[in-house]
Amino acid sequence: MDNNQLVELKTRTEQDEADQDQYLTFFMAGEEYGIDILSIQEIRGCDTTTCIPNSPDFIQGVLNLRGTIVPIVDLRLRFGLERIAYGDITVVIVVKAMLGDGEKTMGMVVDSVSDVYSVDQQESTRAPDVGDADNREYVKGLVNVGDKMVVLLDLKKVLTFS
Amino acid sequence: MSIDLSQFYEVFFEESFEGLDIMESELLALTPGDVDSETLNTIFRAAHSIKGGSGTFGFSVIADFTHELETLLDQIREGQRTLETYHVDLFLRSIDCLRDMLNALKDEEEPDTSQSSEITKKFLAILSGENPEANQDDNSATVVESLNEPSSESSLEPSDESSTDDNIAQDDGAKRWNIFFKPESHLFKTGNEPLFMFQELADLGELSVEAFTDNIPLFHDLVADDSYLFWQISLNSDCNKEKIEEIFEWVLDDAELVISCEEDSCEEGNSAAPDTGIEGIDFGFFEPIDTPVEAEPEILATLPTAAATTPAPAQTSVTTSPITSEDTNNTTTTITKEPKKSAEAASIRVSIEKVDTLINMVGELVITQAMLSQYGEGEFTENRRMLMQEGLAQLAHHTRELQESVMQIRMLPISFVFSRFPRLVRDISQKLGKLVELKLLGEGTELDKTVMEKISDPMVHLIRNSLDHGLETPDKRVAMGKPESGTVTLNAFHQGGNIVIEIIDDGSGIDHNVIRQKALEKGLIDVNNDLTEQEIIDLIFLPGFSTKAEVSDLSGRGVGMDVVRRNIQELNGSVEVNSVINQGSTFSIRLPLTLAILDGQLVTVGGNTYIIPLVNIIESIQMTPKQLNNVGGDLELFRQREEYIPIIRLHQVFNHDGAIENLTEGILIIVESDNGHVGLYVDDLLAQQQVVIKSLEANYQRVEGISGATILGDGTISLIIDITGIISLAGLRKQKNRINHNNHNNQQQMMA
Repeated sequence: MDNNQLVELKTRTEQDEADQDQYLTFFMAGEEYGIDILSIQEIRGCDTTTCIPNSPDFIQGVLNLRGTIVPIVDLRLRFGLERIAYGDITVVIVVKAMLGDGEKTMGMVVDSVSDVYSVDQQESTRAPDVGDADNREYVKGLVNVGDKMVVLLDLKKVLTFS
Repeated sequence: MSIDLSQFYEVFFEESFEGLDIMESELLALTPGDVDSETLNTIFRAAHSIKGGSGTFGFSVIADFTHELETLLDQIREGQRTLETYHVDLFLRSIDCLRDMLNALKDEEEPDTSQSSEITKKFLAILSGENPEANQDDNSATVVESLNEPSSESSLEPSDESSTDDNIAQDDGAKRWNIFFKPESHLFKTGNEPLFMFQELADLGELSVEAFTDNIPLFHDLVADDSYLFWQISLNSDCNKEKIEEIFEWVLDDAELVISCEEDSCEEGNSAAPDTGIEGIDFGFFEPIDTPVEAEPEILATLPTAAATTPAPAQTSVTTSPITSEDTNNTTTTITKEPKKSAEAASIRVSIEKVDTLINMVGELVITQAMLSQYGEGEFTENRRMLMQEGLAQLAHHTRELQESVMQIRMLPISFVFSRFPRLVRDISQKLGKLVELKLLGEGTELDKTVMEKISDPMVHLIRNSLDHGLETPDKRVAMGKPESGTVTLNAFHQGGNIVIEIIDDGSGIDHNVIRQKALEKGLIDVNNDLTEQEIIDLIFLPGFSTKAEVSDLSGRGVGMDVVRRNIQELNGSVEVNSVINQGSTFSIRLPLTLAILDGQLVTVGGNTYIIPLVNIIESIQMTPKQLNNVGGDLELFRQREEYIPIIRLHQVFNHDGAIENLTEGILIIVESDNGHVGLYVDDLLAQQQVVIKSLEANYQRVEGISGATILGDGTISLIIDITGIISLAGLRKQKNRINHNNHNNQQQMMA
């Protein structure tokens, strides 16, 4: 998906009701995840990155985004999913998030981008508490869109590396 | 409509601090006795804008305080009073005090007024005619005591009256106000009539007015409509100061007006009231005598004339006034208190000239862009191609120029740093009782603002060292046939892509024997060392090294030089010392002009490109098997010219696969580090180029062994190696390997 489409998406969704939060969703290993659309800076194709020595494996490396050094996180590896080869529809979602001492810009590699949904905040439910799930802390809530379930992510948690 | 003034605070503070800096440097340039009116005017203007600004923003503490300062300055400017050294001292103290108060206000704290009120009293005392030499130092305070009796008898009666019967006035809220009012001669021309003012004052309470006729000229010199009188008024009233000030509102600018309340001033020994009429006689009076009485007969004898008439220039005043050391003490403590909450100024002042150049450059760029897009339209012919190429060359040219002029914006002349040193040297030399002349050279040399901010502290340290350890006391100097006063020279100049700052003193130099002895004592070197003299002198940069037997509060704790060196190294710079015994020492600080750009050597490690700062690199070598040694299987050494250099394999440190493992096939880059030379083993060398440093931390986090990143010509990112980080990283890794290795052995044993 290129920028024009994204702009189109944004304008279309702007007409929705204001008290609803909008989420951009993307696919990873068949699951649909959503992140707050306001935190998204841009969506771009995969580029080669420069690897950072001794960094965790989910840090793909750093990318030159028009003069800014942006770290790229492979979200599959971050979630402990299996690594797959990057293809034509693999995209990097560049997001801005308040982390620690300031706003940081980071990229997340996901399988493909899906859609934009408006979600009423009351609709979202907490993820069920099932003991051993490590990734549960990244989840802000679950929401049903039509007959699908979308996992809403807490960007701050996803992008904070211990 | 109300305007939120707080949005202008930042500007006000910035301008005020700038004003204070100007005042300080101009004051130091003033020589009592030979007063340059232009200098005085500059000081006055700066003070006036601070007063005006603080009044506007409602910082009345500042405004009131500055007002007193300004009044005295004005009198000196108008020639009504001659400038004395103690005036300069007091002004300097006021500047410190103002700076503290402004800092407090900036941090949105309540400024501490104890110091300002103390100084204000001194101003008032001076203004009301006392010779404030008494206020200046304790020794003369004792003098004052002895002079006090006779002189107050010989002076004016009203003072005694007012001080004796003022107890009555203090009951039930009524205060005794002492007002000294001395209008300029053109008072009447501005339509003011003192009589009316006095009547108004009389409405406030019980009034007694004393007129002084001292200034009335001989009859044939008398101008009929000029005012020659001045008045001492005492008023018993429960009104506040504002009320009284209101009455004098219209004449404030054209008169010398001192309003003081007996309540405040009685502890100070009825300073304000009494001796207004005796401006001509320069005696010291009325001083809080809480200091132990030390008989100083010599000073006593010379004081009345010496204090008033010897215009001791700032630097040489040291010998004549060891007595001011207490004052200096105060100022230095306030200085150290200052950077408590140093919020780094986020703004920068740029000269219009630089901005204009920039705008010019951008204009050129736009034209080139328009030209190129014109060529780009339509059919593409061979002719077009030529033009296009030309255009691109132009574009490259303009871009480079634009880059340079943008860099220029961050560049400031080093005088911003230098300007604070005359004061420092003055204070320290007074404290140490040394005569020092400070020479500043190359003040116009420009350097990056961030570098500038960080270089100032190390320089302060080095200058203190030069004054404390380097320069000898005057008698010692004379004994050695040197001029009595020592010289410290600060010199800045550009050399290559660097700026070099030299701190040169003509003192005793560094005795390498002493250093060697000290280093042996501290176990820093071996008895059998064969270090050269230069290497021994370099030992002063080791942590914990100090040759000074006594620890003074200036220097000598041995934490100085290593911190200086570390700070400078953090700026990618280096510091060197050259010293000749009995002729002096030279410290040279070498810094990159900017922190934003660095000369780098591109290297490859396992297919990744890294950058090693060129300043760190000593040489790059292809090794032969004969030069390689292996200690304990862990530590690889490279032998060169009788020196064993530890080898750090970058691919190991960075965990990169696919690198060249065989040491003789790759390249060893020998770099300088804190602990001597270290070899970094890489696959290959690529180009050398200037790179723009970008932060990794901005969006990611600190990476061990990496100081930043840069973008190469092809748009890819390359990481810049931090030598110190790499060394500690390699050390950690070795340890970890060893532990793993041991664990592995243990496991094998267990299995067996």
